[in-house]
Amino acid sequence: MTATRAVPAPRRSAARAGSAFLSAHPRARLALLLSAPLFWLGVVYIVALVLLLVTAFWSVDSFTGEITTEFTLDNIVEVVTGSLYQTVTLRTIGVALAVTVIDVALALPIAFFMAKVATPRMQRVLLIMVLTPLWASYLVKAYAWRSVLSQDGILEWLVSPFGGHTPGYGLPATIITLSYLWLPYVILPIYAGLERVPDSLLEASGDLGGRTWPTLRLVVLPLALPAIIAGTIFSFSLSLGDYITVNIVGGTSQMLGNLVYTNVGAANNLPLAAAIALIPIVIIFGYLFLVRRTGALDNL
Amino acid sequence: MTEAQPAIRLTGLTKEFGAVTAVDHVDLEIAAGEFFSMLGPSGSGKTTVLRLIAGFEQPTDGTIELFGEEVTKRAPFDRDVNTVFQDYALFPHMSVLDNVAYGLRVRGLGKKERNERARRALASVRLEQMADRKPSQLSGGQRQRVALARATVVEPKVLLLDEPLGALDLKLREQMQVELKQIQRELGITFIFVTHDQEEALTLSDRIAVFNAGRIEQLGTPAELYERPVSRFVADFVGTSNLFGPEHSLALLEREGHHSVRPEKMTVSTAGQSGEGVRNAAGTVVEAIYLGSGVRLVVDLDAGPRVSVLEQNVRGRARDDEHGDRVVVSWHDDDVVAVDGAAVGPQNPTPTAAVGSVFPGISG
Repeated sequence: MTATRAVPAPRRSAARAGSAFLSAHPRARLALLLSAPLFWLGVVYIVALVLLLVTAFWSVDSFTGEITTEFTLDNIVEVVTGSLYQTVTLRTIGVALAVTVIDVALALPIAFFMAKVATPRMQRVLLIMVLTPLWASYLVKAYAWRSVLSQDGILEWLVSPFGGHTPGYGLPATIITLSYLWLPYVILPIYAGLERVPDSLLEASGDLGGRTWPTLRLVVLPLALPAIIAGTIFSFSLSLGDYITVNIVGGTSQMLGNLVYTNVGAANNLPLAAAIALIPIVIIFGYLFLVRRTGALDNL
Repeated sequence: MTEAQPAIRLTGLTKEFGAVTAVDHVDLEIAAGEFFSMLGPSGSGKTTVLRLIAGFEQPTDGTIELFGEEVTKRAPFDRDVNTVFQDYALFPHMSVLDNVAYGLRVRGLGKKERNERARRALASVRLEQMADRKPSQLSGGQRQRVALARATVVEPKVLLLDEPLGALDLKLREQMQVELKQIQRELGITFIFVTHDQEEALTLSDRIAVFNAGRIEQLGTPAELYERPVSRFVADFVGTSNLFGPEHSLALLEREGHHSVRPEKMTVSTAGQSGEGVRNAAGTVVEAIYLGSGVRLVVDLDAGPRVSVLEQNVRGRARDDEHGDRVVVSWHDDDVVAVDGAAVGPQNPTPTAAVGSVFPGISG
């Protein structure tokens, strides 16, 4: 036998000892992994949210403008019963629903094409194209739509030969702009969901006699539903909280976000603003509660 | 339906994926009621032929006839053939019963009737008690049987099976082979079975087409393929063969060309054997592999080639060969099969060979 050197044993070091300690102590491992994100989530995020909620039960002294830290339900009562708040709430929900419906209608065929029809190369190109708008600033995109939708903008120039007109600034413009802004957030989960559906399932449906529509209705949609719901959570909640877009293209229309903004700024009524901010939170919690059973949250 | 009408007739069937020819002018007739296997290594085009018959791919050239009716351009849902997929392709969101009833549902059958028929189909594969489960709650063998029930409940004229036993373990495979054969006999329909497992093809089939590089290399009964392979490729792919090139054929067999001898047709002894047509060749044992039912001996013949000899573990077998033993290998001239040495093999330089699996849909 030739004299080959034996493979040396691993050298002892501090890092090695540390690893050995961690591999023997799962709890220490978990603490190391989660302490930083939990600190951020707990202190920075949840505490801020709780403070906001608590503020909703305080009031503002109308003479001094100082906040009185005495418990009162006045703000909540005003927000729930005031006709202004009811109207704006309904309008906001309407806008969010319209945006969600439009986005799902646009995203489904795009996502289906990306996941099931396009070649791998085309798939990558489309994915980049869907993601690219996310690199541009939100404000830039909103102002771009402002110019598109203006009275002498591209849209007017495009549709006026056919007797059409730009909707101008208002709720339709808000819906159009928000639909554009949130579309990538709806396409991506649906694309990911459809990608996970094996091609053989679609082939099996056709093989068993299912034409295009039954295949879509009985196989594709049920399997994509959790992904679709995941997408709607994005478009719905993002629309619910928006106040910039509506300021830029919404004309005089107000949404809940505007009311919060004016109450914090101009009116200097932080407790009322906090109470208004509770509305979208309650709505989203209701929506999440509804979709929880569908398994959509596994797909987020 | 006339007697002579074949279930499937392929004429000049060709499928190209870009520059790769996955299926190259295949002509084939499959009789009604036949258990027909397409056997070949991956990338040989057998799965593509199956997908062309099912309608998942459109051929570049050629026609497909189903009981005399041309179906080449028809969509999968307009063809009277059904497929059992390699991954079973059961709908994960539906119960087992709904899976089996799916084909009846899209044909517009009422709920009561389709559930009744689906239950009967499930009973035929002994899974009636699993009707309410989801596919994910079943074992591999059970899923396999659900896929079979789902494909047969719509009463296709031809059933296509794409390596349906590939994912099962050995015991289950053997059990499912018997079941498949039974189901085929009961239904009396044509089965077209794609596999890369030559033993499975030999066990199940009435006839086998051996595919290589997009063409049918040999077509015949299992016995014909095994006893009389026409080419080196078939001799090597179907079972094991001792292949002799022209030089060794001349030296050992005194014949021109390429030849093949099966390992089980050779025997090993100390002194050799005598008799008309018996040939002996001395050699040295390289390896003796105990198989339980027999012993496989690898012997380096003095004349050059290395041969493999399969000795049955019969009573009275007293030999105990080991590495380095001197032996004499004997065989009979009748067991020597002349094969086409120039026939294409996987190493053949034609551009159609080899590539295969890089492209989706032609893996096999």
